[in-house]
Amino acid sequence: MAEGFFKTDRGRAVLLVSPPFLYAFFLLAVPLGAIILFSFWTQDFVTVNTTFTTANYQEFWDKPIYKLLLGRSLYVSGMVTLVTVLSAYPIAYFVSFHVHPTKKSMWLFLITIPFWTSYLIRVFLWKVILGYNGVVNSSLMELGIIHEPLTFILYNVNAVIITLAHAFAPFAILPIFVALEKIDRSFLEASQDLGESKFSTFLRITLPLSMPGLVASVMIVFIPTIGDYVTPELMGGAGGKLIANMIQTQFLQLNNAPMGATLAIIAMVCVTAISLFFIFLNRRWLRGRA
Amino acid sequence: MRGNGGGLRVYAVAYLIFLYAPIILLPIFAFNDATIIAFPLAGFTTHWFDELWTTKALHEAVKNSLMIAFATSVLATTLGLCAARAGAMADFPGKKGIIGFVMLPLVLPDIIVAVSLLIVLRQVLDLTLSNWTVIAAHVLLCTPFSIAILNGAFQNLDPSMEEAALDLGENRWSAFRLVTLPLVMPGIISSMLIAFTISLDEFIVAFFLTGSNPTMPVYIWGLLRFPASLPIIMALGTILVALSVVLLTIAEYFRRRGLKRAGLKDTGGFL
Repeated sequence: MAEGFFKTDRGRAVLLVSPPFLYAFFLLAVPLGAIILFSFWTQDFVTVNTTFTTANYQEFWDKPIYKLLLGRSLYVSGMVTLVTVLSAYPIAYFVSFHVHPTKKSMWLFLITIPFWTSYLIRVFLWKVILGYNGVVNSSLMELGIIHEPLTFILYNVNAVIITLAHAFAPFAILPIFVALEKIDRSFLEASQDLGESKFSTFLRITLPLSMPGLVASVMIVFIPTIGDYVTPELMGGAGGKLIANMIQTQFLQLNNAPMGATLAIIAMVCVTAISLFFIFLNRRWLRGRA
Repeated sequence: MRGNGGGLRVYAVAYLIFLYAPIILLPIFAFNDATIIAFPLAGFTTHWFDELWTTKALHEAVKNSLMIAFATSVLATTLGLCAARAGAMADFPGKKGIIGFVMLPLVLPDIIVAVSLLIVLRQVLDLTLSNWTVIAAHVLLCTPFSIAILNGAFQNLDPSMEEAALDLGENRWSAFRLVTLPLVMPGIISSMLIAFTISLDEFIVAFFLTGSNPTMPVYIWGLLRFPASLPIIMALGTILVALSVVLLTIAEYFRRRGLKRAGLKDTGGFL
């Protein structure tokens, strides 16, 4: 019976999907289960105390530093998402509507290249651009626009936001572009034939139809940015550290895996909840479109 | 409908400059004859590149990273091939959910992947961290990209070609090997190159899971603390960027060739 099943088309598909599924199961689902379990245990110097307790969650609640870092992380992720998606939309729109079809893939290729090149070095170079003697300051001073170097652009939250917005730009552009490409161009002609202006056509046709892409790009920027500790470490200075830095410290320096696991879970739950709420707010744009 | 986009075009060019700003600076400082990475520039030198050849620890890190990236590209593409082919085959209950689950690392914060694997490997299984622990994680991260690329290759495939081969007496495996595999080969090469590039550059997870021999990004992270070694990093970065661009151009070439083979119009980039 079972052998017969694997000879059918359906059975063969199940058989084929099992290696990647089992891989993801053992290296993703099981480890995720493990951190949830660990968050209810505690660190006893070198050993882990496996009595069930919510002490770590209590500690999170009691110590203001954790809440401060998490709040700042959510603020940074939110701002990065806002900046990235708002600045990406016109680019996606431009490539979809104003670039000749034969040149579209070249534009997308140009947009994605910087994303694939050494992340660490790219982040570091933002320090060179925004720094005290950096590109921005020295050119502005050369032009006589400012007389003293600007200091609000490095070693603080703004610097973290600029750098992350740069790193996640292609992630924001691609889903919007895909959604815009799917729009039937005859809708736009129909709208203009019926007397709508270009701008109201955009507001009433293009924007609503591209909402699924917009929501996807919000998700794909907002969720991963919470997990970055490189940019805040290099660009944030003392006041720009985020929750991911604390998770990293708990694991690698304080050797407190249970507390680190707790923070990771709380951060994850927060971004998931906010994301679901955001999807809920946009549900009327997403209905019936895959 | 299609104009030249006037103001939008200006904005698009400005945006590209913003995207490329850090990469353009890289070679400038790599050839700059000063240890401080700032303006004004001092003069031309290839000294920093020479120093790369004599730094032994760097060679070890590069060797590690190349090994990890190669293993990752092969394993991730194999898993991606399975998932993409299953995706193009008959429906079965829970198919969407299963594929969605395998794609999850694409949106999961990297630090979550890193710490959860670290806990299982160190605390539960008590394994020593090594290149293989990094490979295990990188395969997890790269498989979704492989699936995305290979999905394109498989969904454009006409299933009747493989059926024809079966009717003509080939068995399942030889029909796949002789008919389907050559048709999706460009996708496979493209997927391997992308996985290789991602793995070579990945830091956040590798930092947690690397053993006593650091990977190249972990080694670079260590150097970032020492101002004196910064110009060397610029030189290394210049080489890496050039290498990435070459690999990506080849990947893009194969991706387009694959689409052409399937007789399709090109609609977009990698994702």
